Amino acid sequence: MTTTEEQAVQATEPNEHGYRSYTLGEFSFGRDEHFAHIEWPTGRHVMAVEPFLKALMRDIAWNFFYGTVNFDSVIGTINHYGNVDLFAGRFNEDYRKAEIDHLENFPHEEIKATFEAMLGDWVNDSFDPFAAPQETGSAYGDKNGDNTAAVTRTRVTAQRMVGLPEDEPLRSDESGYPVNRMFADVDQGEPEVRVEPGYEKEVAAFSLFKYLSRSDVTWNPSVISVCKDSLYCPTTEEFILPIIHGNDRVEWFIQLSDEIIWEVADRETGRPRANVIMKAGDCAAMPADIRHQGFSPKRSMLLVWENNSAALPGMIARGETPNVPVTF
Amino acid sequence: MTEYKTVFGSLAHYDKGRVEVINDRPQNYVFSNLFEVASRAKPWEKVAVAKNMEYVIEAIRAEGVSPWRIAAHDEFALVMDGRVTIDLLDPDALRVDANATGSVAVTGEPTGTPMGQIVATRGHQCLLPANRCYRMSAQEPSVLLLQTIVGPDTVQRWSEICLKN
Repeated sequence: MTTTEEQAVQATEPNEHGYRSYTLGEFSFGRDEHFAHIEWPTGRHVMAVEPFLKALMRDIAWNFFYGTVNFDSVIGTINHYGNVDLFAGRFNEDYRKAEIDHLENFPHEEIKATFEAMLGDWVNDSFDPFAAPQETGSAYGDKNGDNTAAVTRTRVTAQRMVGLPEDEPLRSDESGYPVNRMFADVDQGEPEVRVEPGYEKEVAAFSLFKYLSRSDVTWNPSVISVCKDSLYCPTTEEFILPIIHGNDRVEWFIQLSDEIIWEVADRETGRPRANVIMKAGDCAAMPADIRHQGFSPKRSMLLVWENNSAALPGMIARGETPNVPVTF
Repeated sequence: MTEYKTVFGSLAHYDKGRVEVINDRPQNYVFSNLFEVASRAKPWEKVAVAKNMEYVIEAIRAEGVSPWRIAAHDEFALVMDGRVTIDLLDPDALRVDANATGSVAVTGEPTGTPMGQIVATRGHQCLLPANRCYRMSAQEPSVLLLQTIVGPDTVQRWSEICLKN
């Protein structure tokens, strides 16, 4: 066992396929041509490496997100906002009954460093974990270069609104964001903005639909406007959400275009609760006690709306937050 | 090769989705359609279609000329259908309490310095800056989504707009 990257990352030398294996607490992670192998003291699990890397990519890019990121029905993380649980079978009723589930808590930076090192090593040259299936190469096979640019993308986090001076820039052909093939019919016109001198930082507007039509990633909410703790996090979706998100707070979806089908299950057991079919203009809340996964047949525009209040983690821990946003 | 058509909604045409319950209550999803809400609203009525603690997203039917309004915090208006003109004014005197949430209507015609004007159509998002007055107008019925905080004029009629079965 050798230590590479930063101090906290425990990695082996490359195996016969060219990939390193990683240890985090009592968990170990290895990959071969096709699969990710995860082991812990009471069990083991195998995932096809493509969905594993897509889930790992989101978990890192979203900083472990809000609540639980289930890679599948067995493996995942729980964000405690400063430290993170890595688990196997924690939200799988049968694993818990069989007492083969396992959970360990790690400082945020320790698990992040290991996950980043693993992602960097296991993603090959032509594979982009953020891309739609028809827009990327294969995740499978022996080690073949890397794709550092793709796996270290910086998530857009506007401070006030995209396009304002000194804030996140707009997207264009020139900046490397061509219109996506599935949004070729989206109007590229910008609003007419007439600004009196001195008010350049306040009189502002941009085409959100044009901006989204040029997104080069899928299932990756980015902050585009901020009203105190209210964050607009629109995203473009195609194929399947690579994680199953277990909510710890209410989350809202506004379907801006096309259609997404959401499978909703109980957060703790995974038992199905509902299917939510959202079409353009639909608004729906995801309750705080569910897990959900989305399916988008055509690339669509989804406004994910989050409450980023710093008071929420404490309120959640004390059981003071409601599971549903309103009752009627 | 498939020719893709992006589907947006409008006041004239929207196709509402649904909640297929397996073991739940449809009310838990607070499911509505913003075009349906706007189609049944009065001009400039601020109907909440999403709420998270004190924060809301309001659907607004834009039609005619709105009163001047002001908020102590930034708001953001996204045009979902039609064409909306927004005039912005730097008021001579502060017209809103610093702790107030949501926007309030300005009594009478405010005086101040014109800041500029925005003409926005579908998909365009506009900043409504804190402590500035704004007035909107739309010649044809249009629809806005407003990112804001619950205010005195926020209308909450969830039982009327949301799926219940």
